[in-house]
Amino acid sequence: MSTKSKSIENKKEINQDERLQRVSKLRLLLNRPELGALGGAILVFIFFGIVAGDTGMFSAYGMLNFLDVSANLGIIAIAAAMLMIGGEFDLSIGSMIGFAGICIAIPAIYWGWPLWMSIIFAFSMAVLVGYFNGILVVKTGLPSFIVTLAMLFILRGATLALTRLITGRTQVPGLRVLIENDPLAWIFATDTFKWVFTWLGSMNLIDLRTDGTPLATGIPPSVIWFIFFAIVATWILMKTRYGNWIFASGGDKNGANNVGVPVGKVKIGLFIGTAVASTVFATIQVLDAGSADTMRGTLKELEAIAAAVVGGCLLTGGYGSAIGAAFGALIFGTVSMGIFYTDIDTDWFKVFLGAMMLIAVIFNNYIRRKVTESK
Amino acid sequence: MSDYLIQFNNISKFFGKVIALKDVTMKLKKGEIMCLLGDNGAGKSTLIKTLAGVHKPDEGEIIVEGKNTIFDGPKDALDMGIATVYQDLALVSLMSVTRNFFMGREPLKGPPLFKTFDIEKANKIAAERMGQIGIDVRDPSQAVGTMSGGERQCLAISRAIYFGAKVLILDEPTSALGVHQASVVLKYIVKAASEGLAVILITHNVHHAYPVGNSFTVLNRGKSLGTYAKKDITREKLLSMMAGGEELDKLEVELQEMNRAST
Repeated sequence: MSTKSKSIENKKEINQDERLQRVSKLRLLLNRPELGALGGAILVFIFFGIVAGDTGMFSAYGMLNFLDVSANLGIIAIAAAMLMIGGEFDLSIGSMIGFAGICIAIPAIYWGWPLWMSIIFAFSMAVLVGYFNGILVVKTGLPSFIVTLAMLFILRGATLALTRLITGRTQVPGLRVLIENDPLAWIFATDTFKWVFTWLGSMNLIDLRTDGTPLATGIPPSVIWFIFFAIVATWILMKTRYGNWIFASGGDKNGANNVGVPVGKVKIGLFIGTAVASTVFATIQVLDAGSADTMRGTLKELEAIAAAVVGGCLLTGGYGSAIGAAFGALIFGTVSMGIFYTDIDTDWFKVFLGAMMLIAVIFNNYIRRKVTESK
Repeated sequence: MSDYLIQFNNISKFFGKVIALKDVTMKLKKGEIMCLLGDNGAGKSTLIKTLAGVHKPDEGEIIVEGKNTIFDGPKDALDMGIATVYQDLALVSLMSVTRNFFMGREPLKGPPLFKTFDIEKANKIAAERMGQIGIDVRDPSQAVGTMSGGERQCLAISRAIYFGAKVLILDEPTSALGVHQASVVLKYIVKAASEGLAVILITHNVHHAYPVGNSFTVLNRGKSLGTYAKKDITREKLLSMMAGGEELDKLEVELQEMNRAST
């Protein structure tokens, strides 16, 4: 109220609407969905800065460690966030990661395909799975929660059964030798900006191995992909027509349909998006580890959704941000790694994850009420 | 060539054995506001959906600007400039005024493949359009959820007009509104008509309809009780027709006779 009377007193503003309160930059920022996650990330860094500041967590090596974990989660969290904004869930993300892993490993190791072909094969399967999820949800009108829960079991089961059928075991090792000279694999397996770290090492600014090479060798591919996903997703959501359709589809399916938004197509596209993001995650991890494991990605769907929620996505759709999900992933990645540098037992991580999510949901609910209620 | 913008002649619609509409005729000129009045179950919803192209009429003809037309779905009707604003308004309350205004029809800019939603242009048009009807959207990026019911209704109408509506069908635009809000919406409807639109205003509120309407069609049990120009009918007569006034009159006579017989 005081702002209102002030603006009326101010003669310059008399021509403006008297009901327009002066909104400060800070207030505008408060209305952004990613604010909570940004604040949370800052708090987490302050916390570990105090508790673990002298332990090597914030050395180049330590930072790359938790950034790598955050980035991997972030890739799927961003896709999950976009789908949630579009009004749907995908619980098959984790199973898709395991499935994509063996889609790369079995053709490459057992069928003698070149690695690049296996990778393309895995991505094609991802598009199919995403399309199937999407068409099933759109055509049946069933909640995506149920449809993708079914897909969670189907994909994980198929991954296990097929792998055991073809290979007789549940892990497929031996990929590392195939990465070299492959025309495609390097996109998912190359550390970048090595020269920066070499230079930092030569200046004695970062820790070195005993042979004089830096301990941290470069930015892992996950981080580059993560940044790429965050930029592309934000661009789509904020700057394109498709972004407007995503918000509309999640906000009010019928309303959007009535004004000509192709809601079904939008949702199918988003389901393909989560499956493809899972496959990016899987490819990076499989090439890094040099082996595919049928259990890879277990429970990742829930972490991705948790990160999206902490990042400001509403469970009911129509609201959220990709940057928020990225910060959500950063919080989880930082805590899950940072906890090793403290005296806290790592068992407490899950407690933190749950508590964080609960706080986020309560906060988001409050924001939603503020946004939707009349003045 | 008639000077009617749109004519619905002897429209009937059956659902199985049920006669939902029978021989309903309505004609509208440019700038005319026709109020379609009727109690619950009178067939208003069926008629709107038939006008909007959702249902195909089983009998009768629809003539748009002199041309006999069959709507093959709502999009067809929309393409011919017949826009319907339903009660749910097709607005997303979490989205901004601008994003709602251009929902599904976003202006684009930039090179092909990298076309972006021209949000500056959209903001400008949305603020301008809302300003024209006297609604100062304090900030076009504010969520629609923060607007009042009347403002939302005006936004939905304004959007339909901006995207080329010639005939505007409004389904109970004032039913959920308070007196002041309703008058804002009605004022806007009159303004839209004065700019050359034909408006079909569906309502069960005679007090809202009478001041703004040029003609009135009363619907009862799927049949039209006739169309009256404003000079030919009073508010009270309309009200009693809508409420099935004749039935009530008959009831009154019968009660009087019963009274007489018992004394």
